[in-house]
Amino acid sequence: MTALDASTATAVPRRKLQMPGSTATVYLALGLTLVVGSLLVAERGGTLLDQPGITKILTLCTALGLVAIGQTIAIVAGSLDLSVAHLIGLTSLVTAEVMAGQNGRIVLAVAAALGVAALVGAVNGLVVTKLKVNPFIATLGMALVLQGVLEHRYTGPAGETTRDFQRLGYDRVGPVPVSFLVMLGVAALAWWLLARTRTGHHIYAVGGDAEIARVSGVRVSRTVITAHVLCALAAGATGIFLASRLGAGAPYVGTDASYDLQSIAAVVLGGALLAGGRGGVIGTIGGVMLLACLDTTFDDLGVDPFLKDVVRGSVIIVAVALYARRKPGGRT
Amino acid sequence: MKRLAPGTLPVFAVLAILLVALAFAGPAYEHPQGYIALLKRAAPLMILALGQYFVIVTGGFDLSVGSLVTAEVVIAARLLDGNEDRTWPVLLLLIGFGALVGLVNGLISTVLEVPSFITTLGMLLILEGAVFLWTDGAPRGALTESFRQWGRMGFEDVPWIGQLPYSVLILLALGTAAALFMRTGMGRLVLAVGDNDTSVRLAGGRVRTIRTLAFVVSGISAAVAAILLGGFSGVSAQVGGGLEFEAITAVVLGGVALGGGRGSVVAAMAGALTLKALFSLLNLLGISGALESTVQGVIIVAAVAYAAADTGWRDRVLRSKARSTAQPGPPAPDVVTTS
Repeated sequence: MTALDASTATAVPRRKLQMPGSTATVYLALGLTLVVGSLLVAERGGTLLDQPGITKILTLCTALGLVAIGQTIAIVAGSLDLSVAHLIGLTSLVTAEVMAGQNGRIVLAVAAALGVAALVGAVNGLVVTKLKVNPFIATLGMALVLQGVLEHRYTGPAGETTRDFQRLGYDRVGPVPVSFLVMLGVAALAWWLLARTRTGHHIYAVGGDAEIARVSGVRVSRTVITAHVLCALAAGATGIFLASRLGAGAPYVGTDASYDLQSIAAVVLGGALLAGGRGGVIGTIGGVMLLACLDTTFDDLGVDPFLKDVVRGSVIIVAVALYARRKPGGRT
Repeated sequence: MKRLAPGTLPVFAVLAILLVALAFAGPAYEHPQGYIALLKRAAPLMILALGQYFVIVTGGFDLSVGSLVTAEVVIAARLLDGNEDRTWPVLLLLIGFGALVGLVNGLISTVLEVPSFITTLGMLLILEGAVFLWTDGAPRGALTESFRQWGRMGFEDVPWIGQLPYSVLILLALGTAAALFMRTGMGRLVLAVGDNDTSVRLAGGRVRTIRTLAFVVSGISAAVAAILLGGFSGVSAQVGGGLEFEAITAVVLGGVALGGGRGSVVAAMAGALTLKALFSLLNLLGISGALESTVQGVIIVAAVAYAAADTGWRDRVLRSKARSTAQPGPPAPDVVTTS
């Protein structure tokens, strides 16, 4: 993509202003939001990017970022996962209940939460590939199943995470939360997986065209299942992080923030095609930070929460409209 | 005798089983009144499924219908505010607003080439925010009796069935119109747009116009569903919650392929009735409350898996990819074949 842009730029000099790629666009939009947001907040006598402001933005980024990294993998593979919001609630509960306030059980709790997540992801993947149910319906069905489990077993927050474990959610280096660095680590891992490994190339190939991938010798089912397991694991990581922030597990912590649609929005803002085969972790993180900055700016400005939804919806549509302009034939 | 469209048989089979099961499960279904009441409850979802069918069959999604229904009911309550003489203007306004939202969805998806999933997701956020911004966070005002009659009244003392609800008549009228429309040349063109938009464009069909009109139909059907739902269950901020997913599930349950080009509108509406019959049956069997959604989820996935047995996922992916990659050149020969 970038190589192509560069070659056309040299071949046809100064034909028109070089259009930046979608990843560059989202970071440009992020920068613009930060500048405009800072000015608007300063106008009202506040500071957007003071230490609490930065910490708040980066904490928002961590929760949404982890699940959006997973959603990126699912979407690039040509699928998507609508069950992540309920899974986040469930894994936060598993973490807190298994830990039950004892430091010795931290590892066990994290392992249990990730295990539950992997299981849910595997079922999603199997239903999509073996039962040939459209991913939209398959993961929606899983969301309903998990919702029933949550409603049946829990009436409110449950379990307890230890003080030491809560440091994961609250410790920071300067204004940067440690958890944000962990999220960046996960992002780097996912980037490496997608861009540098055989599995990653298979995921792009299956998302681009499942049939061509199949006749080229890619095991389509296995790849899609892997993508769903990774997606669910990332959602599980968000659940673990939120359990550490809250000190307990909460059944609706994922659905209240509608992490399902938010994560899809972040991935698409990052330049991924919903049809699959195109997108990446770096763009997604840009999309996540853009959404988090908008949120924090509006909070600092005291904007009505309902107006926030209106602006968020408009930003998503406008951003994707801008990307669509320069991609011939990239429509679903 | 009319032959059933491919892929629609499973939903009618499941529906028949559910309807028979209902008669055994509860005394309310020993008389035809029970089934008329079921139809009355199902009418709004069936009308939503009708609208969603047109969007899905032309290759799109409409995620905004749930929040559109909420918006319509909240707008109606605020504008009516209990004034009987405003009923008719407000009804027209609601239909117009639904059409407008659909038009905006359609134009953004076709002219700006934003995937409809994203367009309507954005519209969902915008509608949710805007309506409550306008009413300061909670629904205000009240619906009038002449507004509410459409959702809850009917012709009384009809022999054999008792009450014949207006909503069922509206449903029958819209359903018949849609089914007849799909049998015309224009209706076949709608299917063709979802199947292979490139060949339709090369043949001179107005792909963008048809896709946009599909969203307009979906918007109008959401408005009608909102009028019925508002009448049936009154004003609340949650009236449309989750309806978009229920409508899409219903359409897919009816054997309509996500990605477009395949399925019948009657089957899509039967899918909606199947969902409602399923919910009623679960209720009668005492699986209410907590585990209800779990059972729903499992059954929906199982039913769609069953319906998808002949039109597989990979097959559908293949078709949608063939559509998007065959942009400039002539369409691949295997895609144009019609049976």
